[in-house]
Amino acid sequence: MSSINLTLKIWRQHNSDALGNLETYDLDNVHTDMSFLEMLDILNEKLTKEGKEPVAFDHDCREGICGMCGAVIDGVAHGPEKEVTLCQLHMRNFSKGDTIVIEPFRSRAFPVKKDLLVDRSALDRIIQSGGYVSVNTGGTPDGNSLPIPSSNAELAMDAAACIGCGACVASCPNGAAMLFTSAKISQLALLPQGHAERQQRALSMVAQMDEEGFGNCTNAKECEAVCPKGISIRNIARLNKEYLFAALTEG
Amino acid sequence: MELNSRVPSGPLADKWNNHKFSNKLVNPANRRKYKVIVVGTGLAGASASATLAEQGYEVQTFCIQDSPRRAHSIAAQGGINAAKNYQNDGDSVHRLFYDTIKGGDFRAREANVYRLAEVSNEIIDQCVAQGVPFAREYGGTLANRSFGGAQVSRTFYARGQTGQQLLLGAYSALSRQINAGNVKMFNRREMMDVVLVDGKARGITVRDVMTGKIESYYADVVILATGGYGNAYFLSTNAMASNVTAAWRAHKKGAGFANPSFVQIHPTCIPVHGDYQSKLTLMSESLRNDGRVWVPRKVGDKRRPSEIPEEDRDYYLENKYPSFGNLVPRDVASRNAKEQCDEGKGVGNTGLAVYLDFADAIKRDGEETILKKYGNLFQMYEKITDSNPVEEPMLIYPAVHYTMGGLWVDYDLMTTIPGLFAIGECNFSDHGANRLGASALMQGLADGYFIIATSVAHYLATNSLEKILGSEAPFKDSKKEVEDRIDKLLQNSADGPAGKLTVDEVHKELGRLLWDHCGMAREGGSLEKALKELPEIKKKFWDNVYIPGNGKDLNQSLERAGRVADFVEFAEIMIRDALARNESCGCHLREESQTEEHEAKRDDENYTHVSVWEHISGDEAPKMHKEELKFEFVTPSQRSYK
Repeated sequence: MSSINLTLKIWRQHNSDALGNLETYDLDNVHTDMSFLEMLDILNEKLTKEGKEPVAFDHDCREGICGMCGAVIDGVAHGPEKEVTLCQLHMRNFSKGDTIVIEPFRSRAFPVKKDLLVDRSALDRIIQSGGYVSVNTGGTPDGNSLPIPSSNAELAMDAAACIGCGACVASCPNGAAMLFTSAKISQLALLPQGHAERQQRALSMVAQMDEEGFGNCTNAKECEAVCPKGISIRNIARLNKEYLFAALTEG
Repeated sequence: MELNSRVPSGPLADKWNNHKFSNKLVNPANRRKYKVIVVGTGLAGASASATLAEQGYEVQTFCIQDSPRRAHSIAAQGGINAAKNYQNDGDSVHRLFYDTIKGGDFRAREANVYRLAEVSNEIIDQCVAQGVPFAREYGGTLANRSFGGAQVSRTFYARGQTGQQLLLGAYSALSRQINAGNVKMFNRREMMDVVLVDGKARGITVRDVMTGKIESYYADVVILATGGYGNAYFLSTNAMASNVTAAWRAHKKGAGFANPSFVQIHPTCIPVHGDYQSKLTLMSESLRNDGRVWVPRKVGDKRRPSEIPEEDRDYYLENKYPSFGNLVPRDVASRNAKEQCDEGKGVGNTGLAVYLDFADAIKRDGEETILKKYGNLFQMYEKITDSNPVEEPMLIYPAVHYTMGGLWVDYDLMTTIPGLFAIGECNFSDHGANRLGASALMQGLADGYFIIATSVAHYLATNSLEKILGSEAPFKDSKKEVEDRIDKLLQNSADGPAGKLTVDEVHKELGRLLWDHCGMAREGGSLEKALKELPEIKKKFWDNVYIPGNGKDLNQSLERAGRVADFVEFAEIMIRDALARNESCGCHLREESQTEEHEAKRDDENYTHVSVWEHISGDEAPKMHKEELKFEFVTPSQRSYK
């Protein structure tokens, strides 16, 4: 284990209406075994001791699955390491004397609430518009009554692995939530349980996406590059197919 | 405090059915007249919210995170048990019941555990119908794996992300009800108090963490699904926001707290590597199937593991427990690891770790086979520690993982406060003194999807509740209390941080105290000592903690301070509970209660009960009550893994 010293440039913004700016902080003795969020914890302890206000950021499970954390590190959502969330990014990815720029996930549909903390409730509303199978509790058939080919179940699982962090949106030049939306649409389109509602689902979720102010996909593939769960843009192709088919037949 | 478990009479297998029939119902047209509050959106809370809304109740659901999808159920890796017997290997409802009650070391209610096993099969059907992508065989049927403490393959899984997939299933059902207008969802709200009107739970007081506003909500029934309290130890595998506040506030308003000292400490976690560490990460227990646990034979042997020859290694689990070896249950593995480290044989920078070595397995099966089984875990380990388990043994150490204790509930999952229910990890009901792997997900969903609706209907049908508006005196009083408490938390901060402590500094001190004295192995004298030291920590907290900012805004330090204040109070009943239970059982060894071979010795004659704590206001010590456990259908046996 070794320790490094860093210069941090962090976005500070008091609330949605306030103007924000990048503040510079020096931080010494950062152990390279620390996670990125632990480094921010240390900074916050230091700021607290100095009577300054700590940096607000969202986080919860700190094991890469709840999807609550995230920031743009030197221009890359969740930072330089592939397929990890910010809480699983470790300081050994940085070197002595580095300057690190830390900004919130930015997008029209993600208003900044304070510092690095943003409002991603638009993603919840996309799911609410149709990202489910309409089945009530109870009275469901036996789990084995419908065989599902293992390969379909695996493909559905690849898509279902989405943690809803919003890195895809923050990285997209169009501020699109296509990777997020397509992951749910794919999961349910690949499973027989989702078939009954697949057309309505595609139409509603895409309509909600537009209403929230997200952009559309132009195949920039930035989303796939930063997705901590490695969700493929093939899902977007599947979304387009589902949507097109629904639009033509449901009209 | 009256403890009526309301366990139905009759044969074990008929109890639940009979109870469902004898419970009163609310007719569908009347349900919309009732309001239900659900706090928490993990497996239990999300599934309960969705189910009650589908049935027609007006539901208001609260969560602390920015979205109901983030609750910590999402982090469960392994799987969910069910008695489907799809593998035809002799499983049955009765076997799942028996394994669970035995795993809990005969400290849970028979009737509750049997019901859990009974509804387990419906859970799988429900989740499949929602589109949960469980692992499948090539023929398209559901796949199963085996898990610790069971001799059958009954665990359903979705890669290493079963909790995530089940939670997203429940979240999708909840989202559908939000869209239909049947659930009103309140994100980023922290529950601060439960409000009682005429002795019945009628609402809650919450803090909007974004604005600092204290709000009141009223209902006819309040359901807590607020998870476990493992973070009392500061370091645990729990999420950062997991806390005891909701349950503790309910306790202070009259809800009994059962078995608070029953905490599960998981043996295979990545060890602590520094003071700055914020949480511990679990590595799946399945690693012990192929890994061999060892430490150097000599105290203070600082050689690299590869330089230590066979004769200088102590494979202590294999030596001590020849028939189970590295696969002894969680508590035995945890305790032995701590013992080795206490003797000074621990490895790694801190000396608080043991080796989990895959070299022999790789030699035997080849690297490819081992990587196929554990590749994702090896990768996760390497990302965190920067060491490759193929080349060097893993370092592991036990960590606080799950809390079996929780709010006392009757068979209907109602606490000792009428109208206040507790479901999921925040109640005590099903796991006794130790929880088996893949049972937490089962319990959360059983409570939420299949049990709570019957209980709520019965309560509403048998109680006449006065109409309220949420502006009555008890609501105002509670709001005032909460506001005063926030002011009190901030009182030391006006004159700056000089000479003060941060919230985390005090939390870490509390965590060390609990870990040292109320951890895996406990002893009367040491617990007494902890009980003496606790008031000092409490004093330090209230006199000396500096919190930046104010209460009228997003203030994450203030949120943490409120939780730590409750952990400090709660720690007292944890320690008292541990002290009062002078037996080894489930997860805990009591030094005074051991066999000649230093193994845990349960004392059925004196401790076959649930310890339920009552809060006494003022400075008086809390009072303990007992719910005696009767075993009519199984005979408690002493565990042996030699």
